[in-house]
Amino acid sequence: MFESLGLEVLAYSPPGWGGTLIHGLGMTLKIAFGAYFLGLLIGLCGALGKIYGGATVKWSLEIYTTIIRAVPELVLILLLYYAGTDLLNRVLEWLGYERVDISGLVAGICVLGVVQGAYSIEVIRGAILSVSAGQIEAAKASGMSWTLMHRRIIIPLAVPLALPGLANLWLIVTKDTALLAVVGFSELALATKQAAGGTKEYLLFYIAAALLYLMVSLTSNAIFKTIERHYRRGQASAEA
Amino acid sequence: MPDKSNTTPTVQVSDLHKSFGNLEVLKGVSLEAYEGDIVSIIGASGSGKSTMLRCINVLENPTSGTIQVNGEALEFKRSKDGDMAPVSNRQIERIRSQLGMVFQGFNLWEHMTVLQNVTEAPVHVQKINKAEAIEAGESLLKKVGLWEKRNQYPMVLSGGQQQRVAIARALAMNPSALLFDEPTSALDPELVGEVLKVIRDLAEEGRTMILVTHEMNFARNVSSHVIFLDKGVIEEEGPPLKVFSQSESERCQKFLSELS
Repeated sequence: MFESLGLEVLAYSPPGWGGTLIHGLGMTLKIAFGAYFLGLLIGLCGALGKIYGGATVKWSLEIYTTIIRAVPELVLILLLYYAGTDLLNRVLEWLGYERVDISGLVAGICVLGVVQGAYSIEVIRGAILSVSAGQIEAAKASGMSWTLMHRRIIIPLAVPLALPGLANLWLIVTKDTALLAVVGFSELALATKQAAGGTKEYLLFYIAAALLYLMVSLTSNAIFKTIERHYRRGQASAEA
Repeated sequence: MPDKSNTTPTVQVSDLHKSFGNLEVLKGVSLEAYEGDIVSIIGASGSGKSTMLRCINVLENPTSGTIQVNGEALEFKRSKDGDMAPVSNRQIERIRSQLGMVFQGFNLWEHMTVLQNVTEAPVHVQKINKAEAIEAGESLLKKVGLWEKRNQYPMVLSGGQQQRVAIARALAMNPSALLFDEPTSALDPELVGEVLKVIRDLAEEGRTMILVTHEMNFARNVSSHVIFLDKGVIEEEGPPLKVFSQSESERCQKFLSELS
């Protein structure tokens, strides 16, 4: 069937390029996951820092979120990827250590994670600040410590408020992985380019790649809906 | 009247001042509640009665004054904004867990079921065994007539039911005193009765309670001591009979006559 449609180039094993595409998709998802969760970690810590931190913490975070959100991501990727690894190696040499080769995967996760973090901070901060004062007062009045109150009351109530924004950030990071093609990291976009270039079947491969990205985002939407339903369980009326 | 001279008050507030910016809301108010006392604080909106109650468990930081719970004085230091701030968060948390609070707006945690609301503080603050906390929580819910609703989320309950759950939640920590901040003010008129009944039952059990309320009949019938606050000062106080029928304060008389 493939042959009659001229689709044999999509076969999984060579001479087909399907395997390359799937491998690229795998790398894309790995980077997206890594960067997203690094971003969430930065986001949670940063949000708490921005809300409760002292002046120095607040100002440092303000500078971080402002700069990251102001500079185009492509520029940040080039800057952090090349300049970042260079800086790290200079520091290592200065401290008397060996230069290290940073894997593309780790570098990609760090670079996109730092970008995601800046956006996550604002999403999570907004959600935490939207938890109603009454819920927090009830927690205080029952003798909860700061940590317990955040763990049991504030964060669980902030999650459904943050989810729409966080779902957006996930979709953005899956697509931002394509920017790593410029530093030669073989994720889905670069794999597609190689396959298209190798076969001259540009239309076919770019449509195939587009469909793969679409599949990722449709699946993610379904997952986020399930998570949101779980976290909104107390608010049956709001969901109906 | 039991002899109180050599017992410690459960709650004692002395010369409490509280300002919000330039606005002085409390101008030196005091209160004593011994075990079994039911102290009602009445007064017009803006008289400072809720603020007074909220200072007792430090939901508001007082500007000056002293607060003692079960004989333990809360330690404060001067903070940057001019109010006093707790020296030790641990102490405030411990004191708060000895005082159950019921809010005007119920404030049940909306992501937890009715039973989880009631067992949350016993399990996580007081570190009581979970099975025991559930057993105690279920019997408290039976007491307020809501055991059947234990696995529901608060949002599906009526206001009166939510407030009864909130009372069960406050009782779950086995507090030495209960603080009620206008517990029936947010309720539809037909739901007020069921909540007042629960509070009256607690009064009959001999629970120590401090209530801020607009329910004058309730305050008159149930209280052992009534405080009438006016513009941040205690204008009149004493047994209900004195405040409601024999007050010499014109403001107090005027306030009560406008309500009836």
